[in-house]
This record gives sequence, C-alpha cells and structure tokens, in this order.
Amino acid sequence: MGKPKVAFFDFTCCEGCQLQMANFGETLLEILSLVDVVEFREVMSEKSDDYDIAIIEGSITTPHGVERVKKIREKAKVVIAYGSCATIGGINGMKNNFDLDEIKNYVYKDGAKHFKTLPTRPLHQVIKVDYSIPNCPVWPPEVLKVLKAALSGLPYNVPDYSVCSECKLNENECMYDKGITCLGPITRAGCNSWCINNNNICYGCRGMVSNPAKNGQMDILEKHNIPLEWVVNKINMYNKPKELEEENKNG
Amino acid sequence: MGKNVKVNVEYLTRVEGHGNIVVNVKNGQLEECRLDIVESPRFFEGMLRGRSIFEAQHITSRICGICACGHTLASIQAAEDAIGFEASEQTIKLRKFLLHQENLDSHLLHIYLLVAPDLLGVKSFVPLIDTHNAVVRRALRMKKNCNTVCDILVGRHVHPISAIVGGFTKLPKKEDLDAMLDLLVGMRPDMDATIELAKTLKFPEFARETEYVALVSDDNEYPMYDSGIIGSTDGLRMDKHDYKKITNEFVVSHSSAKHAKASRQSYMVGALARLNLNFDKLHPKAKAVAEAIGFKPICYNTFLNTAAQLIECVHSLEDSIAILEDFKKNGVNQAEAITVGLNENGVIPVKAGNGVGAVEVPRGILFHNYEVDASAKIVNADCVIPTSQNVNNIEQDMKAMIPQILDKSEEEITLLMEMLVRAYDPCISCSAHFLNVKFVR
Repeated sequence: MGKPKVAFFDFTCCEGCQLQMANFGETLLEILSLVDVVEFREVMSEKSDDYDIAIIEGSITTPHGVERVKKIREKAKVVIAYGSCATIGGINGMKNNFDLDEIKNYVYKDGAKHFKTLPTRPLHQVIKVDYSIPNCPVWPPEVLKVLKAALSGLPYNVPDYSVCSECKLNENECMYDKGITCLGPITRAGCNSWCINNNNICYGCRGMVSNPAKNGQMDILEKHNIPLEWVVNKINMYNKPKELEEENKNG
Repeated sequence: MGKNVKVNVEYLTRVEGHGNIVVNVKNGQLEECRLDIVESPRFFEGMLRGRSIFEAQHITSRICGICACGHTLASIQAAEDAIGFEASEQTIKLRKFLLHQENLDSHLLHIYLLVAPDLLGVKSFVPLIDTHNAVVRRALRMKKNCNTVCDILVGRHVHPISAIVGGFTKLPKKEDLDAMLDLLVGMRPDMDATIELAKTLKFPEFARETEYVALVSDDNEYPMYDSGIIGSTDGLRMDKHDYKKITNEFVVSHSSAKHAKASRQSYMVGALARLNLNFDKLHPKAKAVAEAIGFKPICYNTFLNTAAQLIECVHSLEDSIAILEDFKKNGVNQAEAITVGLNENGVIPVKAGNGVGAVEVPRGILFHNYEVDASAKIVNADCVIPTSQNVNNIEQDMKAMIPQILDKSEEEITLLMEMLVRAYDPCISCSAHFLNVKFVR
C-alpha cells in the first residue's frame, strides 16, 4: 500500500496554522516520511487533484469558497478542519457582529461592490468534517495526535471539558481571582491552558464546551462584580458563527 | 515579427496569500500586466470598531500568521500612542528583540523554502529533501530555533501571547535568558553555512530605479521599531503621524483599485529598502556579509531583496545576542510584568486619542492607526500593510522586465514573473483586508 496522499488547502485565514507545520522543525521530515504531501500552496508549487486526506485551514466567507470546499470534499476520503477559523469560524466570525453591507462599505468604500461576502462559517456548516483541530493557532501536540488518529483510522474528539481543568493542573493563579475576565470556564480544553500559562487570559479560541456550567459562571461573575456583557463580548470574538447553528436548530 | 505571450498564473504558489499574475503580450507589445489579489476580504478594520484597545493586539495579530509579532508590535505601539502610555526602557528593548526573532524567522522561511527552490531549479523544498538533505535540515533547524526563542519569550511565535499594551505579562527569568542565548549563539554556524550557500546562488539580473521607503533615524541604531521617522531615497522625511502622506492612494484608470505612491510612480518597502536607506547602521558582521556576497547600496535589483534579507538575518542574530548579553549582565526587572486583561482593574490609565504605530516588519514598513474614545474603545482603525504598498511597484517592475525577456519561452517568462513577485516576499493575506486591493473575478 502506498503512503496516503495529503493536500493542504487554505480559505479565509492568516495561514498561521499552515506555518505551524513548518515550525515543527526537523520533526516535519518525520511526518513527511509517513505521508505523501501532494499540494501545499504556501510552500510548494506542485499541485494535484488526487488526494486521500484534505487538511483545510480557514473559514468559508465567499460564494467561491463554498463551491471550492464542496469540490475538495468530493475528492477527499478524509477532511480535517485545521485551526479555529476552520473549526469554529474564529476571528473572521467577528464580521458577523456587524451588518455585512455596512462593514464592507466601511473597509472598502467605493471598492465595496467588487467584493462578494457571506457571513463567516466554519467548515462543518458547509461540508461534512471528519476531524477537527481547533486553536488559534493550532497546538502542535494536538496536531500530531489528530494526524496519528487520521492515519490509523481512529476517531479523535476535541475534549468537552473546560480549559480550567488543565489550568488547575498547571497551578496557574485564577484570572478571576485577579479580577479579570477569562473564558477558561466555558472553553474546551486540549491546549494545556497555553495562554494562561503565559499570564494572559483565555479568549475561547477552541470553541465552547457543549454543556457549560452556567450557574457556576454566573456565581463567579457576581462574586467579582464582572458584567455578563464583557463575557458575551469575548465569546463573540471567536465563537459568533455558532449562532448560525442555533438559528437553524430553532428555525 | 512581434511575439504573442500569455501568462496567467492562478494561485501563485510559495507566497503567503492568494494572488494571480496576468501578462498579455500581443505582437511584441505589452498589453496587460497585473498582479491580482484574490484573497477573500477579511474586514479587520471594520471588526475592530467597538472593541477595547486592550483587545486590538490579539485581534490584529491574526491579520497574518507569518508577521504576527510585527502586527502585534505595530498594534501595541499605535494603542499606547493613542492612550498616551509610555512603555519602559526594558519593555522597548524586549520588543526590539522580539522583532528581530520575527525578522530572522520570516527571512529564513523566504530564503530557504520559498526562493531557494527556484534558484536550484525545483518546484519546492520537498524534492530537496532527497537532493539537498543537509540544507533542508539546516533550514528547518534554524526556523525551529527562532520559534523556540519566541516560545520562551512570548509563549509562541504565531500569535504571541505575552506581548500586550503596557508591556509583557511574563518576563524572561535568568534560565530563560540562558536558554535563548544558547539557541541564538548555536545558530551562528548554521548562519555561516547559509551565507556560503548564498554565495553560490545566482540571482537574475535586473535593475529599475525606484523610490525606497523605510523608517530612518537620527541616531546610530538600525531603525526597526521606534524611530518614528519615515524616510525615502528620494529625500522624503516625515513624522510617523503623517504616514498617509506617504501611502497616499490613487485610483488607476483601468481598475477600481487604489495604489500607493510617494514621490514618483511607485515605491518599494522591505529589506532592500531598509538597506538602501540605513546600510551604515547595520551590525559590522552584517556589513561584512554584504561585502562578501557583493551587495552594495544603492541597489536597484529587486531580486536582491532576498540577499538583503540574508544580510538582515545576520544583523538580527547578532543584535539579538547583544541584547540578551546585556540583559544577562543587568538583569530583568520582574516587577514590570503586568496582567491587564480588558484593563478591568484600570492598571493602565486611558484617555481619548489617535495613535500611530510605524514598525519595520520583515516585508517592510507597517502602519497601524487607531482612534479611541475616552473609555479606550476603538472608534476608527486603519492598517497599511507592506505588500499593499509594494503592489504598485511590483507591477512597474513587471512592465519594465517583460520587454527585456520577450525572447524567452512562455514557460521561462512565467517562471521569471513568479520569481520577481516572490522576491518581494509578498504577504497577500495581510494586504487583502485593506483598501488598496485589486479584485478580479
């Protein structure tokens, strides 16, 4: 059996998650010895329509993007959503906080008519996704974990418990105890509390846990006299596109 | 008899972001020549409105994964300028150090993985794994080193965590300084080998006089972060707050896109521009390398932007080592570490204002500009990206070069055009959220 053919594709994003691949250093050569990378536009001129695994970065924000990602889905046996933009919409989703025509005119003024734009959607709202690697940018140990799972046909589920559980193990002082808003309590773990380890807050870039401890969170806010609005505002930084799913469920 | 040439490169590879090259020659006459930006628009300036100035860095870092530290630093500088906060000497020194790491990392990626394959006649670094294994390993090793240094200093290179408005949330301890110093000093032999490799590479011959724009300074420091003065080889010199006079956009008749021009038709930013303006201020070792590879300012060959990047790598490496040695000697004041969040505790005083950040990032001078209200919420935002400033100059270069290479095959012309665009190390996902974008469908 030949090595599985892997192709990288990017949609609306900063391409930082692709760069994380190059940041593996010489480990990248070990990864490359297990697979056959047939397309990776950021660092390769080779192109191919024949691939088994599509690793897709970025969110879907244009009609052209919808068509292109559907074609990729048809060709690929396995689709991996790679990074926050692809898995939850990410920073691009902040656009959905605004009226699309208004924000288009603000940025592009007279040129606005040249741009077709749709509300930001993560991949799974457009095509079927087999594996998800959230995080902005992707966390290298999780990338390896998912690649191993995908290559051996095993499932991988993004943890559905909060960042706090990892943060506690890392013995960080709680941001709320410093009087600062942090999305750790409602955000999916799996990053080893990367940002809080560096004394910054959690911005929720891995998506929200499916069953957040709402009452617990409200108690914390009350205790520290933090308005709910601040938390919602933070949620709308990475997680706004989730509303599109809820609208569908309700409608 | 005149020749017909049609070049249409869709999804230009080995660049950051999505761009197409269109060249159309009919009967030996150049009819059309464009670099189209087809990146999906991302609306960063629009999305920033209503956000706290303390969130600006986190958001704008995500404009670009490759120059995330550069955007971070330009954003922080603009934010602090807007609210009237003055960073400490230690903070500024650490920020300059961080900028060096990004310069090194980004230039090495461009030299080794994006440009070298062209000069070695292959399509990407992948075939080089078999033919030039030691070179590929060296490239990945050097890149990894820069990354590890960033991991230690700011949590990670792509979207740094601890560099924020006001300073750093976490400061390097003695063992961190030692680890970073080991990594950087350990890079010297690989840097020497890189220079030896560069001596063997042949860059295409090409020259077109243009204007070069970069930060300039009145002191002897090679200006990258905080000189606050913009200069050009045509003699322009102005305060960073007047950046719009340099980047002034104009509408071209054949398209709705706006391009940047300063004193003449177009200008170039980036490593070549910086060297053309500030060569004398480089680290002596970097100057020696310039001499060894035959680089002299003022240089009008765009392809040598890659050589200029290599010279800057040496400068960034040596200056980084000097900064660390200084910190080792004088220590890092840990009391300066700050936790700000959304400034819930008001640790940083705020006021209404308008601030500009002007920082030299790998691809050239980057401007961020924020207007904030009295509660430090962003009212207006503007980011002017190096590649946006370069697009016009790229097209002028293409126009000048095509007639010189018409005797070549269509395949060779296509490759040379791709190499020319790639020499600018364009960062298209950066530039595509900005007004200065040509969008062709």
